[in-house]
Amino acid sequence: MTTLDARPVDKFDDNDQKPIGHGRMLRKEDPRFIRGLGKYCDDIQLPGMLHLAILRSPVAHARIVSVDVTAAQAHPKVKAVITGADLAEKGLAWMPTLSNDVQAVLATDKVRFQGQEVAFVVAEDRYAARDALELIDVDYDILAPVIDARTALSADAAVIRDDLEGKTDNHCFDWETGDEAATEAVFAKADVVVKQDIVYPRVHPAPMETCGCVADYERVDGKLTLWTTSQAPHAHRTVYALVSGLPEHKIRVIAPDLGGGFGNKVPIYPGYVCAIVASLVLGKPVKWMEDRSENLVSTGFARDYIMQGEIAATKDGKILAIRTNVLADHGAFNGTAAPVKYPAGFFGVFTGSYDLEAAYCKMTAVYTNKAPGGVAYACSFRITEAVYLVERIVDCLAYELEMDPAELRLKNFIRPEQFPYKSKTGWVYDSGDYATTMRLSMKMAGYDELRREQAEKRARGELMGIGVAFFTEAVGAGPRKDMDILGLGMADGCELRVHPTGKAVVRLSVKTQGQGHETTFAQIVAEEIGIPPADIEVVHGDTDNTPFGLGTYGSRSTPVSGAAAALVARKVRDKARIIASGMLEVSVADLEWTKGSFHVKGDPTSAVTIQDIAMRAHGAGDLPDGIEGGLEAQICYNPENLTYPYGAYICVVDIDPGTAEVKVRRFIAVDDCGTRINPMIIEGQVHGGLTDGVGMALMEMIAFDEEGNCLGGSLMDYLIPTALEVPDWETGFTVTPSPHHPIGAKGIGESATVGSPPAVVNAIVDALKPYGIRHADMPLTPSRVWDAMQGHPTPPV
Amino acid sequence: MQVTMTVNGEEVAAEIEGRTLLVHFLRDQLRLTGTHWGCDTSNCGTCVVWMDDEPVKSCTVLAAMAGGHEVRTVEGLETEDGLDPVQEGFMQCHGLQCGFCTPGMMMTARALLDRNPDPGEQEIREAISGQICRCTGYATIVRSVRWAATHPNGVDQNQPEAEPADLEVPDPATEAVPERAGSIT
Ligand code: FES
Ligand code: FES
Repeated sequence: MTTLDARPVDKFDDNDQKPIGHGRMLRKEDPRFIRGLGKYCDDIQLPGMLHLAILRSPVAHARIVSVDVTAAQAHPKVKAVITGADLAEKGLAWMPTLSNDVQAVLATDKVRFQGQEVAFVVAEDRYAARDALELIDVDYDILAPVIDARTALSADAAVIRDDLEGKTDNHCFDWETGDEAATEAVFAKADVVVKQDIVYPRVHPAPMETCGCVADYERVDGKLTLWTTSQAPHAHRTVYALVSGLPEHKIRVIAPDLGGGFGNKVPIYPGYVCAIVASLVLGKPVKWMEDRSENLVSTGFARDYIMQGEIAATKDGKILAIRTNVLADHGAFNGTAAPVKYPAGFFGVFTGSYDLEAAYCKMTAVYTNKAPGGVAYACSFRITEAVYLVERIVDCLAYELEMDPAELRLKNFIRPEQFPYKSKTGWVYDSGDYATTMRLSMKMAGYDELRREQAEKRARGELMGIGVAFFTEAVGAGPRKDMDILGLGMADGCELRVHPTGKAVVRLSVKTQGQGHETTFAQIVAEEIGIPPADIEVVHGDTDNTPFGLGTYGSRSTPVSGAAAALVARKVRDKARIIASGMLEVSVADLEWTKGSFHVKGDPTSAVTIQDIAMRAHGAGDLPDGIEGGLEAQICYNPENLTYPYGAYICVVDIDPGTAEVKVRRFIAVDDCGTRINPMIIEGQVHGGLTDGVGMALMEMIAFDEEGNCLGGSLMDYLIPTALEVPDWETGFTVTPSPHHPIGAKGIGESATVGSPPAVVNAIVDALKPYGIRHADMPLTPSRVWDAMQGHPTPPV
Repeated sequence: MQVTMTVNGEEVAAEIEGRTLLVHFLRDQLRLTGTHWGCDTSNCGTCVVWMDDEPVKSCTVLAAMAGGHEVRTVEGLETEDGLDPVQEGFMQCHGLQCGFCTPGMMMTARALLDRNPDPGEQEIREAISGQICRCTGYATIVRSVRWAATHPNGVDQNQPEAEPADLEVPDPATEAVPERAGSIT
């Protein structure tokens, strides 16, 4: 019989892709998942647990006239029915969002989007809770909704946020970056200026596990335990302390196994607060688990940027400047989870991978009667939108100049010797060799051959397109002085304890949602301290048992927490060195480290292993003067800069001229994420992101009708790629380490989601060249491609 | 009402509401939480189990309809002889990330292999096309099922498993560009 321990986990040790230490190691978390023994939120059942269900608004904008809960309260299995008015009495009707706005936990005055939380029921089982929702009678006075962001600021638009003191319009914020005058000067002298309206439609991360929690308040010791779908358990705990008034040490947030996150599980949703309130009121554990349609209509959406791009260049294709005007739709409450000083996230990197003379962006954000959110879906804080803008507009320029899009990019890349490179919007790119990566992708694709094939097919009237995109990401937020969420600096703690027998436990502030932290963090520590990964337990997702830190989103785990893990291991190793010097009776300077042991310089036989040292550190023998027993350390890592992973993507599509159906035939992705920890996991992260990108380019969109009804409220309407819509991915890599990260690693989790949508759209537009088309907006469904072929590409609504 | 069925070879009898979905019966009453619940419209396939050797979406079957039938869930894949090669394949080929879609994917894969022990890529893609994975991008799931097809007896414990060369896409990058990572201490 196969047992967990019988299978050597690092049998791929000598893989040719060998990056750090244990390379393509199989995942430590898999044995439980493949047996169906993962523990997700909805798997938790506590004695006496009650079930919570939320009544949601059927309309987008309305005044609440009355809420009658009598019939629901009379239901035999119902324990409580709570409305906004009840919460208002406790001062809990509103909560802060992660971007310093407020959001209704339950609506009191008005509902502001379809699906907004109006009341909740707690009952003995989940079906009874749903039944009782039907018994609540709400009288709405319907108001005109504001759905299209383009009209949100018009004089006759209804004011959505009249809860805010003195608010007379739907303006959310203004933001700008770059130098307006300098950019104008460059545009004025340029040979060529190309303008293009580009929409990045609203999409949804839709992890396969929806959001939910189990709240358990123990009255006797006043302690609240919350099992919750959270990518950021520590940040959530602090917010709950601030909202509920419970002391922070009496709140324990546990994020159990998460069935995907993609940013959807960063915000704090009203349902979590409702479950906490219910448990406080009833003194019983309370479970709230949303269904799929609740997830799609009410939780953090992504994108929804209406952009005007402009690019200036010389006639031989030297790009001089880019500027853009953006209208950002933030929904009914600004629920964006970006660092506070970055209301537009990291959109400022819209200058892309190119060496420009000037750049400028002006953005206006508005409120609309749509679900709140803004940053979610593997976007690296709006870099998705930025990369889409620049990679589309560069292709528009290539179209106008009749230049090959790969050649145009190669001509304009930031050159290797320019790093660290400060962009015209102030971002300091850490390292890169873009042309090498671009050329590798072209070689893998057989680029010239593809162009030849395309020419032949065009001559025969067939529609084949080749899309090129190159992206640079900026991931791993902070440093803390620049970046915080609600005042919490973006840094991450890490603690490492080596037990007497030389096994270890490492505790992280970040939380996996499928990225494989239990494996990769063991690998990082193993590399630094020489204990095999199988002997290192990774603990995460439990605020009582891990050091404080801001969590996993924006691809920040490896850049920030991964650095913390490497450095805490080095700190332990430094102490081990001192203990070893005592054991070997030589000075510290005479010791040499080879992975896993110290030996006396010039005498490899005179050595002690890390396991020997661990036993000595905890044992009865003498330790060097001033050295305490134990072998453990804790640090808090404050990154000095973001890391800048990048990649070159090439997509090949065929379009059926009769049905306008797009087939993604090939997709070549070459990524550079610096030092690679586990190539197998990196490849998986890239594959997943590419699938997201194909989804957004071809089918995913959260649309609304004029009344504000969400048209993407189920997986029948919100389309996600299946195995039949995506090709067998072709991946490659280059390695350009980050100079400031302790092991040279950069983030990888979102690279492909960021980089792939422009590659797919560029391929489709390229295929449609015979129709004289320069741009068409996502999602490029057959009907929208057909419209484009008829000469009227339509922006999505 | 009373319902009796066989689940993973054991007979279970329970009192249920007539409207109870099989997925909720398995998860909440029998505590077999390996079967998941991911949508309201029968689209995601995280809930796939077998009813009499046929993969079904357990969110679309009433527990009462399973009465008198044999149900098999992910918890029934591992036997006394060890892991099912499909389970082993998913680990070997990184066929899972968050693991939420995985039980359903594996149940479908096992059913496919029982009918067709040597399915090609397109057949595998078609077999799982009623199910969604948001993490993996499917290629590694296809490789995992191929691994199971080529290893009908799973991993031989006495023979360390070599890299499954026929499944791995050779990475041109390794030859084309020397790694410039330098030494990491
Ligand atoms: S739960 Fe989605 S198909 Fe059954
Ligand atoms: S592994 Fe996460 S949904 Fe498939």
